[in-house]
Amino acid sequence: MANKLIKHHLFWPLSVLAALLLFNLLYSPDFFRIVVRDGNLYGSLIDILNFGAPLILVSIGMTLVIATKGIDLSVGSVVAISGAVACLIVSQASDQSAMGVIWTAIASSLLLAVLLGVWNGVLVSAARIQPIIATLILMVAGRGIAQLITSGQIITVSSAPYQFIGAGSFLSLPFSIFIVGAVLLIAALLARKTALGLFIESVGSNPRASRLAGLRSGTVILSVYMFCSLCAGIAGIILSSNVSSADGNNAGLWYELDAILAVVIGGTSLNGGRFYLMGTVVGALIIQTLTTTIYMIGVPPEITLVVKAFVVLAVCLIQSEAFRKSIMHRWKKRKYPAEQEVATHAS
Amino acid sequence: MKKRFSAAAFALTLAALLVSACGNGGTAVNNGGSEKPAGQDSANTGAAGGGTITMGFSQVGAESGWRSANTKSIQESAKDAGIDLKFSDAQQKQENQIKAIRSFIQQKVDVIAFSPVVESGWDTVLKEAKDAGIPVILTDRAVDSADKSLYRTFIGSDFVEEGRKAGRWLVEQYKDAAEDINIVELQGTTGSAPANDRKAGFEEIIAENPKLKVIASQTGDFTRAKGKEVMQAFLKAHKDIDVLYAHNDDMALGAIQAIEAAGLKPGEDIVIISVDAVKDGMQAAADGKINFIVECNPLLGPQLMEAVKAVVEGKEVEPRIVTNETTFTSEEAKAALPTREY
Repeated sequence: MANKLIKHHLFWPLSVLAALLLFNLLYSPDFFRIVVRDGNLYGSLIDILNFGAPLILVSIGMTLVIATKGIDLSVGSVVAISGAVACLIVSQASDQSAMGVIWTAIASSLLLAVLLGVWNGVLVSAARIQPIIATLILMVAGRGIAQLITSGQIITVSSAPYQFIGAGSFLSLPFSIFIVGAVLLIAALLARKTALGLFIESVGSNPRASRLAGLRSGTVILSVYMFCSLCAGIAGIILSSNVSSADGNNAGLWYELDAILAVVIGGTSLNGGRFYLMGTVVGALIIQTLTTTIYMIGVPPEITLVVKAFVVLAVCLIQSEAFRKSIMHRWKKRKYPAEQEVATHAS
Repeated sequence: MKKRFSAAAFALTLAALLVSACGNGGTAVNNGGSEKPAGQDSANTGAAGGGTITMGFSQVGAESGWRSANTKSIQESAKDAGIDLKFSDAQQKQENQIKAIRSFIQQKVDVIAFSPVVESGWDTVLKEAKDAGIPVILTDRAVDSADKSLYRTFIGSDFVEEGRKAGRWLVEQYKDAAEDINIVELQGTTGSAPANDRKAGFEEIIAENPKLKVIASQTGDFTRAKGKEVMQAFLKAHKDIDVLYAHNDDMALGAIQAIEAAGLKPGEDIVIISVDAVKDGMQAAADGKINFIVECNPLLGPQLMEAVKAVVEGKEVEPRIVTNETTFTSEEAKAALPTREY
């Protein structure tokens, strides 16, 4: 039973998350306190979910791309572009709070995000460019595009309905959590209740064999890149709405790396062929909890990144089976040195 | 075997082609960008001879409204002064900036001006500029090089003084305080001159009053999103925050949203001091959400162009040019708001 538990793919990610939360509990017991303020839940855990929402979204998309043995470096730029487009449309409207304007803004920025996904997908599936290079193009160019859209300025919007997306509350919880829940549900249903998940995994483990088996590998690859960009687009809207402004230069900066890290912590291999959506969600939560923890305990900004790096290193080592085995081996050896000696003499 | 060899040869050829293509691209930019007669080896002599002055400018990025106003001022005043501006955005990364400066040196511009992303690590590239005979002007942020001959002048605000101004106002406000005043600080980008200096100046002044205590200090990278995120964590970790000192308006604006989400009144429950005075910040000050803003004037374009011309003509320039700046309380912000340019 215990063995089965340890073998479960969520065991290690969840234990790391639990360890982080336990550390916070010991450090400041208030960490878990959730109070009701103005009818909304309010506390550190809620913050982690709210600020973590964009990262979780991006990571979900990234998981599917990585499952096809691909990678999407352009998500951070897509985040910036979609936020910029949405804020630009809202800011130019005569009545910023009109629902028509908000829907137009959301629809156009998501459409643009999907188109950017098509661009990535076509480069990877039709032009056969290596995913890391194909998406690097948009990663670099995308920042420029976002700045062109905002003309290098920070666009500030004052629209209550737009702000609701990222900062509003629904049923006493941040609205962004529901968006994440919906996307996760759709992704999980598509991946696990239809054959799509199997297609993605088979393309990831061997695209050629999948094609010979009658699978349209190209279409599968194209669609995962589109989905990944769409997720990044939604994340961009949430991020820009959370602070009511679009920042072409900084929105979603380094998101691609955090997302890849979340996917890997979640147990999905970069070699493709296998993916764990829930693992990714836990991975993203670990990253966000770590960030919040660092702010709470007052790590000096100069060494914040070093602390982060050490935790990530520890997480990755714990996840590595080879490392765990060698530790176990050494530990056993050290415990019974006499026994070992007897064993060698006997033989 | 043969096949593998030909593949390697192909790759080599391709690489060689790529390298030469890059080289061609570089010269093309050079020729197209500057309108100097051919055959000049020194950029300096050419400009003094009456041709158009070419200036390479490397900007930090577009991380805030302040920076955008700064960029606009430099671009517009360069146009007015008839200076050919090669503008490069470093996106907050030092390596991008070093690359940009090296490419300016290659392009033989007449003057290089830049706002350093961080303070340290500039000696090598500045020496390269010096060896190439191209004068360097620093704007807005300083470098910590011991060798002052690496640059001609530094135009910009005195960040330490800005920190002091913020500190003085706070000391004045709480001179009769009976109990401890808890201050939280949102720092700028770690390692940047404004973050280091605004922190130092502020600490220097508030040290006069032992009741004023900085209980938490964390970087918000000068952005709204980070300012909001860090402030949310501060509000959870510390029950009794009296004062917020933000190194720029954007972080303060993000923090205001966090404070409001916590059910507190920015400007009343938590006194907010900020630096920069960009339009959104001034608006918040006029609304009473920010109590005190220390101005940091981004419109240094005209002063920069004057210095550029003086340097190219070989005149002596002051090694330190300070921009004119003031401070705003809520009332003053309300009065000044309609006439603000940025």
